[in-house]
Parts: sequence; C-alpha cells; structure tokens
Amino acid sequence: MAFNIYDFSTLTQSIDQGLNKVMSPGLATFTEFVIVGVAFLAFYALAGLFLVYAERKVCALIQIRRGPNRVGPFGIMQTLADGIKLFLKELIPINKADQFLFRIAPYIVTICAFMTLAAIPFSKGLHAIDFNIGVFYLIAISSLSVIGVLLAGWASNSKYPLIGAMRSGAQIVSYELSVGFSMLTIVVFSGTMQISGIVESQADGWWIFKGHIPAIISFIIYLIAATAEINRGPFDLAEAESELTAGFHTEYSGIRFAFFYLAEYVNMFIVSAIAATLFLGGWMPFHIGHWAAFNHIMDFIPPLIWFFGKTGFLIFVIMWFKWTFPRLRIDQLLTLEWKYLLPINLVNIVVVAFLVLMGWHF
Amino acid sequence: MAAEETVKNVIVPNESDYIINIGPQHPSTHGVMRFETSLQGETVTHIRPHCGYIHRGMEKMCEKDTYPQIVHLTDRMDYLSAHMYNEAFCLCVEKALQVEVPERVKYIRTIIDELTRIQSHALWWCANGMDLGATSCFFYGLRERDLVLDIFEETCHARFLQSYNTPGGVMFDLHPNFQKRVKDFLIHLRKKLPEYDKLLTNNIIFRQRTEGIGVLSKEDAIAYGVTGPSGRGSGFSCDVRKIAPYSAYPYVKFEEKLATEGDSFARYRMRMDEMWESAKIIDQLIDNIPDGDYQVKMKPVIKLPEGEYFQRVETAKGELDVFIVSTGEKTPYRVHFRTPCFSNLFIINKLVSGLKIADLIAVSGSLDLIIPDIDR
Repeated sequence: MAFNIYDFSTLTQSIDQGLNKVMSPGLATFTEFVIVGVAFLAFYALAGLFLVYAERKVCALIQIRRGPNRVGPFGIMQTLADGIKLFLKELIPINKADQFLFRIAPYIVTICAFMTLAAIPFSKGLHAIDFNIGVFYLIAISSLSVIGVLLAGWASNSKYPLIGAMRSGAQIVSYELSVGFSMLTIVVFSGTMQISGIVESQADGWWIFKGHIPAIISFIIYLIAATAEINRGPFDLAEAESELTAGFHTEYSGIRFAFFYLAEYVNMFIVSAIAATLFLGGWMPFHIGHWAAFNHIMDFIPPLIWFFGKTGFLIFVIMWFKWTFPRLRIDQLLTLEWKYLLPINLVNIVVVAFLVLMGWHF
Repeated sequence: MAAEETVKNVIVPNESDYIINIGPQHPSTHGVMRFETSLQGETVTHIRPHCGYIHRGMEKMCEKDTYPQIVHLTDRMDYLSAHMYNEAFCLCVEKALQVEVPERVKYIRTIIDELTRIQSHALWWCANGMDLGATSCFFYGLRERDLVLDIFEETCHARFLQSYNTPGGVMFDLHPNFQKRVKDFLIHLRKKLPEYDKLLTNNIIFRQRTEGIGVLSKEDAIAYGVTGPSGRGSGFSCDVRKIAPYSAYPYVKFEEKLATEGDSFARYRMRMDEMWESAKIIDQLIDNIPDGDYQVKMKPVIKLPEGEYFQRVETAKGELDVFIVSTGEKTPYRVHFRTPCFSNLFIINKLVSGLKIADLIAVSGSLDLIIPDIDR
C-alpha cells in the first residue's frame, strides 16, 4: 500500500484495487461505504470531544481561569468522562411530548452534520464525495439542520423550547442567505462549484488575497453569518441560557442532549472548514504567485496540517466571539441580516461578477 | 367601575397571551423570584412579579431577639451590602441610646461601607454582563470582588456576612495590614475599571442592548420610590449619604452622580461611576483614621427606652430605612425595614411592557435586584 502524506489518492486507489481483487465490485463498493462511514463516525466523535475540550480551554484562557485540569494530563479526559456520564444518564420522559418527533430531532441534527462532513476535502485525495455541485450541496444540506431544532422545540411540549426553536428558525432561515451569497462569491471567482476545483484554483494564492476587497468582505460576512447559523454566541438566541435556560434542548437529557451538543461543535468545525476551503485555500499550502522557491518550501508542510491549522484558527476566532460579546436581541439580529449583511452581500456579488468579467482579479 | 376594570386587567391576563413563568428557578432572576410574563410573540405585554419564595419572616424574628442578636439577622437581607445593613441597625440603636461612637469607629465603618459598595457593584457588573450573554464578565468582576473579600477576611474575620458592627462600635480593631491592603486594592481597582469599559461598556452590542431600553422617568422613580443608582439614573437625587449624612460621610467630599436618561445604560453608568466615587471616599479616609477605641463600653443587656426610632442608610442598592418601636424591653416591640430592592422591583412592569423578553432580562439586571432583600 502506497502511503503518501502529501497525496491520499494513491492510498485510496490502492485500497480500492485491493478490495476489487478479493471480492466482487458490488461488495467492494459496499465495503468502501462501510469504511468511509466508520471513519466519519470516528472522526465525528473525536472532533466533538476535542472541540468541547478546546472550547473549555479557550474559554478558560479568556476568563482568566485554568479550565479542566483534573481528569488526565491537562484534563484531556474530562470530555470523555462527561460523555460517559451523559451516556449513563436517565432519559427523562416528557409528559405529553410528541414521542416520535422528540426522539427523531437529535438524529436529524446529527445526520445533517454527517452529510455536510462528507463534502469537505480534508487533504489532497481525502474527500468522501466530490460533487460537481459541491457548494450547492453544502448550502442545501447545512440548512436542513433547522428542521431538527424546530422539531426539538415543538415536540418538547414546553414553553421555553418553543420560543427557542422559533427564534432559531427565524435566525437560520435569514442567515442562510448571507452564507449562500458569500459562498457564491467564491464560486464566481473560481468559476466552478466543485469543491476540489475551488481548492485547485487557489494553487497560486488564496481567494482572500487574490479576490481584492470583495473577497475580504464576503469572508467577514461568511464568518458572521456562519456563527449565526450554528447558533453560537453572540447569536446564540436559540439557547440564550440567561433568557430561555437552555432554549430548544431544555427538555432533553442524557445521550439525546449529548447528540445536540456534539452536533453543535461538529457544526462549528464544518463552517470553519468550509470557510478555510473557500477563502483560505483548504489544504492548499500558502503560495505566492510565481515565487517558486518559497512555494516549494511551503509544499513541504503536509496538506492535512494546512487544513487543520486553518480550520483550527477559524474555530478559535468563533470561540473568541462567543466569550467576548454580549448576546444580540432577536430584532437586532434580524435587522443585522436583512438591513446590513444582505444588501452589502448583494452589492458585493455584483462587484465580484464585474471584477471577474473584466479579468481584474489575480 | 373603572378601578375594578383596571384591577381585573392586571389580575386576569389576556386570553391570547402566551404566559411563561420566568423563575422561580431561572438563571437570570438571581434568586428565587417569579416573573409571570405575558407574551405576544417575543414581546412582553405584562409582567406580574411574584415574591415570597424566600420569605423568612425577618421582621417577626426580630421581635423575639435581643438587639445585639438582631444585628446578625440584618445582613441576611441584602447579603451583598451586609455591612451597611448591620450598620443601619447599629446606628438606630445607638441613636436610641444616645451613644456617641468614637471617631475611629465612624471612619472604620465608612471605609468598609465603601469597600462593600465596590464589591457589590463589581458583582452586579458580572451578573449584568452575564444576563446580556457576556459570560466572561463574570470572572473579571469576581476577581476584584475577591480582593475586597480578602481584606474583609483579615479585618472582620469573615468574608461574606461580616457581622462586624455591634451596637456601640465594631467587633475587632483594624488589622495592621488593613491600610496597606486597601491602598493596594485601590491602585489595582483604578487599573482594572478601564478594562471593564473596554470589555463591556464600549461594546456596540452592549450599547444597543441598553441605550434607550427600559426608560424610567424621574416622576415614576419618585412615585415608586426607586432609590439608589437606579433612581439616580433617572435624575432622582436620593443619596442618603448627602441628604442625611451618617458615620464619617460629613467629613468627606464626593459627588452624587446623576443622569437624566433613565435607561438601562444610565443605571449602568451610575454604578460604574459610583465605584470611582467610592474609591475617592476611601482615599480621603484611609490615611486619617484617628486613634481611639473601636468599641464603646455598652451595658450587658441593651434595653432601648420607650419610643420610636428611625435611621436611614444608603446601601449599594438604594435607601435602607430601619424603624424600631420599643416598649423598653430587651427585645423590640416591632422592627420594620424599608429595603431598597422591594421598591425597585415593582417598577419592572412599567419599564418592560412592550419590549422583548431579552430586554426583560437586561432591565431586571440593570435594576440590581437581590431577592432575599425583596422577601426578607
């Protein structure tokens, strides 16, 4: 098996050939599905655990505390311990709740996160599905998770979750527009919707540097809108613990709550990964135009490190937002989207189209 | 008829209203307090505050206790202004007995009053930030508060409910480190208060959430008896330290901060400014603490002469009045406390009607309510 840290396509191809040798093509494809599924399941759990730990440490750093430091070295086992605790906890049955919807809601949120994860290129050749309409797929799937949130709030038969869910519905539907438009900016720049194509188009420089000011504007708008879309502070109105105790998942306990919690963190990873892929070149190393020597040195750093480095930085920025800013009010939130972000975005995309038509971008 | 209609409207909510109970167990009521809130969508149409969940019959308990015992009950009302509550009761007893406490006691009491005010406002700042979703504020405010509590621990031998006052003086003399530590703390505080402004006051989201929200007019403030920084935010000059100076307040120069806007941000600013003013007051006193006794020799059993006695004190939340009726026994016939939070609470329906749920939390945070002080 040829393993190359710089290009995973050789590895995946050799696995594919090996499987086809020992079994029928149909069974080989099925086995590949299982392998990819298990890999994502493992990644999902690990990313969730790590991000919860990272959030606690980052928040402790901002709040002049130490964060978890008792369970395991530097407290790294703390999230695992919490996970086990949640797993063993009683699932409190809710009186007069719509049992079917109540149970299905956490899974919808989780499935959405899984499906989005599939379209993200982790490294060269490490990509579950490479659609020719990848960006479109991302926009479509990421907005589905609002259904889970709405169901959770509605089925709980409780007043606080209902308010939280309705807020969340209004919020995600609004901010979906801004997310979509800022992703379209990059589609216009690179001329393709295929995510691998977008990454390849950044071989001579990332879009945030190549795309003049419009790319920077759409990057900032994307960060704001994505933070709102995943219901994180300062836009965490759906949870708003000082107003609605825990928002839409107030009535959830044990492992069902853990599913929501994990999905929140994986969603944070996903939006950061998308931002890194579209604006910061994904796994593409930092290249400057025709500086061959410099580009060559940068190529020595494996793409996986580039990808996770960029994503990690953006995750830190999103956490930083949450722990410094007060929360917005619902009307201010919608005003921000409909009166500021959306018009700016619309003008921005026209400017981008003009830039591309005139061939003024690098 | 009209009056009956009004009462009915207050008691019976509108059929189409969506009613939620904010409290008694809710993170933002800062205690066991229930706001029965009628909503139309996100908009608050009416609030009925229900208090009594932590009622302990404080005033009735006072009728069974001797005067030195009552002192230890008073600080259980507003635990953040514990020293001021002790002092108010002791001042009232001293007034009744016509005891003149030594100058040293007056100075000590005033300095600790102001330190108490600073720590109370620091905790309010944390909690207000938390109500608005700025969670990190909590830890920054507590950092400064803990330093004050360390000073208390050394001098009063207790951090939270000091019970440092007794009728006729204070329990212990100042710790030798006291002056140095207070001065160090003031240097620290003056460095850190601008940080508070950087983190919260100048934040655009915070400004939008507080400016023009929950406007309290001066007339309403006077009519409802809203005192303290909340009243002064509306331009109601109600600082007892100025109107009826007690302890060492006649000797110090300080400004009574007033604002005219009456919104949440004005109330916020009043408290921030008061921290600076408190620091100024301590500055003037800390180097001039006169020598002398820290305690007047009192009789073993304190009996107040027959009559009615009254004392006003400015706590961190507003005006506290103590009223004692004595029949000459060793226990009072009746004690009444006019606590600031009780009066400050009932304005909330007027402030929040027509605003959003999030504003209810922000406004109740800006009123700085302490629930045990409301219920007693």
